[in-house]
Amino acid sequence: MASAISFEGVTRQFGTVRAVDSLDLEIAEGEFFALLGPSGSGKTTSLRLVAGFERPSAGRVRIFGQDAGATPPYRRPVNTVFQDYALFPHLNVRDNVAFGLRVAGKPRPERYRAAEAALEMVKLPGYADRKPSELSGGQRQRVALARALVNQPKVLLLDEPLGALDLKLREQMQEELKSLQRSLGITFVFVTHDQGEALSMADRVAVFNEGRIQQVGTPVEVYDSPATPFVADFVGSSNVLPSSIVARLTGHRHPASLRPERIRLAEAGLAATVTGASFLGAATRLFVEAEGARMSVLLPKGALVPDTGSEVRLDWDADALHVMTGAQDG
Amino acid sequence: MSLPMRLSDALWRRPRVLLLLLLVPPLLWLGIVYLGSLFALLAQSFFSIDEFSGLINYEFTLRTYGELFRAANLDIILRTLVIAAAVTIAAAVIAFPIAFYAARYARGRWKALFYLGIMLPLWSSYLVKVYAWKLILAREGILNWLLETLHLDWLLAAYLSLPVLGGNSLSVSWTGTFLVFLYVWLPFMILPIQAALERIPPSMLEAAGDLGADRGQTLRYVILPLALPGIVAGSIFTFSLTLGDYIIPQIIGTSARMIGQAVYQFQGTAGNIPLAAAFAVVPIVIMGIYLTVARRLGAFDAL
Amino acid sequence: MHSDRASLGLKIAAIAGLLFLHLPILLIFVYAFTTEDTSYQWPPPGLTLRWFAVTWNRPDVWEALSLSIRVAAISTAIALLLGTLCAAAVARSRFFGRETVSLLVILPIALPGVITGISLRSAFNLAEIPFSFWTIVMGHATFCVVVVYNNAVARFRRTSGSLIEASMDLGATYFQTFRLVILPNIATALLAGGMLAFALSFDEVIVTTFTSGQQQTLPIWMLEELVRPRQRPVTNVVAMVVVLVTFLPILGAYYLTRGTDTVAGQGK
Repeated sequence: MASAISFEGVTRQFGTVRAVDSLDLEIAEGEFFALLGPSGSGKTTSLRLVAGFERPSAGRVRIFGQDAGATPPYRRPVNTVFQDYALFPHLNVRDNVAFGLRVAGKPRPERYRAAEAALEMVKLPGYADRKPSELSGGQRQRVALARALVNQPKVLLLDEPLGALDLKLREQMQEELKSLQRSLGITFVFVTHDQGEALSMADRVAVFNEGRIQQVGTPVEVYDSPATPFVADFVGSSNVLPSSIVARLTGHRHPASLRPERIRLAEAGLAATVTGASFLGAATRLFVEAEGARMSVLLPKGALVPDTGSEVRLDWDADALHVMTGAQDG
Repeated sequence: MSLPMRLSDALWRRPRVLLLLLLVPPLLWLGIVYLGSLFALLAQSFFSIDEFSGLINYEFTLRTYGELFRAANLDIILRTLVIAAAVTIAAAVIAFPIAFYAARYARGRWKALFYLGIMLPLWSSYLVKVYAWKLILAREGILNWLLETLHLDWLLAAYLSLPVLGGNSLSVSWTGTFLVFLYVWLPFMILPIQAALERIPPSMLEAAGDLGADRGQTLRYVILPLALPGIVAGSIFTFSLTLGDYIIPQIIGTSARMIGQAVYQFQGTAGNIPLAAAFAVVPIVIMGIYLTVARRLGAFDAL
Repeated sequence: MHSDRASLGLKIAAIAGLLFLHLPILLIFVYAFTTEDTSYQWPPPGLTLRWFAVTWNRPDVWEALSLSIRVAAISTAIALLLGTLCAAAVARSRFFGRETVSLLVILPIALPGVITGISLRSAFNLAEIPFSFWTIVMGHATFCVVVVYNNAVARFRRTSGSLIEASMDLGATYFQTFRLVILPNIATALLAGGMLAFALSFDEVIVTTFTSGQQQTLPIWMLEELVRPRQRPVTNVVAMVVVLVTFLPILGAYYLTRGTDTVAGQGK
């Protein structure tokens, strides 16, 4: 597949801070791609480099193969849904959505027709005459989406698009965004700090930390085979076993990731001491310590919860332990 | 590509140029017209005047600054400082209840009324306000009439016989000058105090009450310390404005001069620009010290 | 405590304070109608509308008024341009010397007017610029910039920076963005700032005494009357009209910026 966006050794420096540090990344056409990471990891800066709000200090951003270095935001075939939606407060919903066509010099009837169609697409017909201040958070989000799509961009950039919504609405919007992307067939690049959101929506995920990409892969790859202790911990908070234990168990001198839900309490296995437990509703999280390493174990509902201070044995299937061969103890 | 488009592209490629284009006109104006003039004035304070010819001697000297320390000139400076301090303190005392009421109790319509009630006098013509006090303090004016009607004129007479504060009538006394200054600058004190008080979260006052503080204690240990930056900010205005004013003491007050009048007269009738310039430096230095202290107290957040 | 009612003492102190601020101004209104024309006698021996007609027919008052309005209009226009540019630069980017620029804008109003006035006068003398309409305007525009700047910078801060990015993202150039997004969003703040600048210039006397030469603005005319009263009844009428005329832009600015978190006019 052709590449929609590619970063070639891109660095963006603010003073002495490297917000994005020699980034190499290819995003394919038609992909739903997530940039995942904690705040300050460089994911939003990467998105802004694509939109043209930031310019690389070094390296090159290509959009559909073309170097975008000299192209200002208003001539890039990408549009953005902003975290705070950035709806124009002085314009009503219709004029907000039609803004892109207005500055492109399209006649009024045409742009209003397109605006109505875009509002239809985001399931917000009949709101065209309202001001943004009269809308709820979810509605504003849809207007922002319609406004970005009305220009028919080849790539849609979404900066934490669901961050300001409450849980229920967020889950609903995740579903809608997904199906919208499928029906439009264009590339979606979205920034999030929510690993659950990234895993459930994206075709592929890039995990960022401190300006660098830790791992790029499908949600399954990133979850089951984290490349670094950071990925293991940030995506689904895994246990990272130090290389000393891993060496004894497998012979590899590298740290390994072991998901809490893959561990069971058994008659034989790694000896551990229970240090605490917390009830989560659908399961119970057990905190244990084994050979100096703190770990957590997810016990299914109904399982017996051992007392704090008691000795237990931990066991798991052979494929549950993922040795991170490219990493050393952190 | 059209010209605006090409210009726009160029600005995007060089964001510093855009910033420069925005900054150049105002900085040119303020830098040349204002700072240029200010430095031209300050430079002249290092010249001196030839006492016989009355011409300016364009040689660097600190002699003119030395003249500031003559008894008569030192008097002017001290007098101005005392008045400015008195006006500032009195303004703070009168402003606080107004600001406190407006910030904490006035709601809706009353809030708007209080706001305009402070803004309108603030923005009313300075000269008209001074003029109003000339009417009030005049011998045949409303104040004397009121006191006579209440048979309290003996009280005014007793007050006027006091040394320093009194005089032939209120309009030629320091008390008169003080009253007009207080009146004219009072709104400048109310607004920052009100702004500071409005920033105190109500929950903080509830917490004080919850911890057993009564009204007085809450005022003293919670509200006053938090309002202090506002009071300091207001005092910057009242102090600075009093230091530099030359019209009020000229119209209502004694014949003894304040700094502003000295500057005005030395540059005007006396034609002694160097000394006028040196006098002008005095309020700048005083305000410089004042602002440094105020910054430490966090007053700038309340502006 | 918050929901408590204010104590009686506080209420009285607050209302007394407000009365102290307003009664002297109201007094002016009464004097404009007095029949007495040689002293400031209270209570007025009688009331008349005669002085309004007398004032109406005074060419010197009209000339001073006209000069004041022209000076204020042009100073306001210059201040609007310079203040907006400066606010845009300071609000939109963090650059070296940003604090210095804000300080420079505020300085002409932070330092006593007598210093600004005498500085300009001696600079005009040094540069051998004759005093004229334009020397008055130069002085006024200098201290009016800060009023526009304060209003504009507050609005720029409230206007999210992503609005500009959104506009450019949707295809608007810098110029389209300015016309279609920035200007509509700062218009009321500029109008409010402009009104306040106008009021400030219209009322200014201290700097004007140094930069005006022979010309009389209305405040200079009033100052003459204050120092050497000749036409007391006319002065009374002019004072009242000036109060009424300055109230209009203040009320206008208040209504334009009402409901936003920074109401205009606090930075006189």
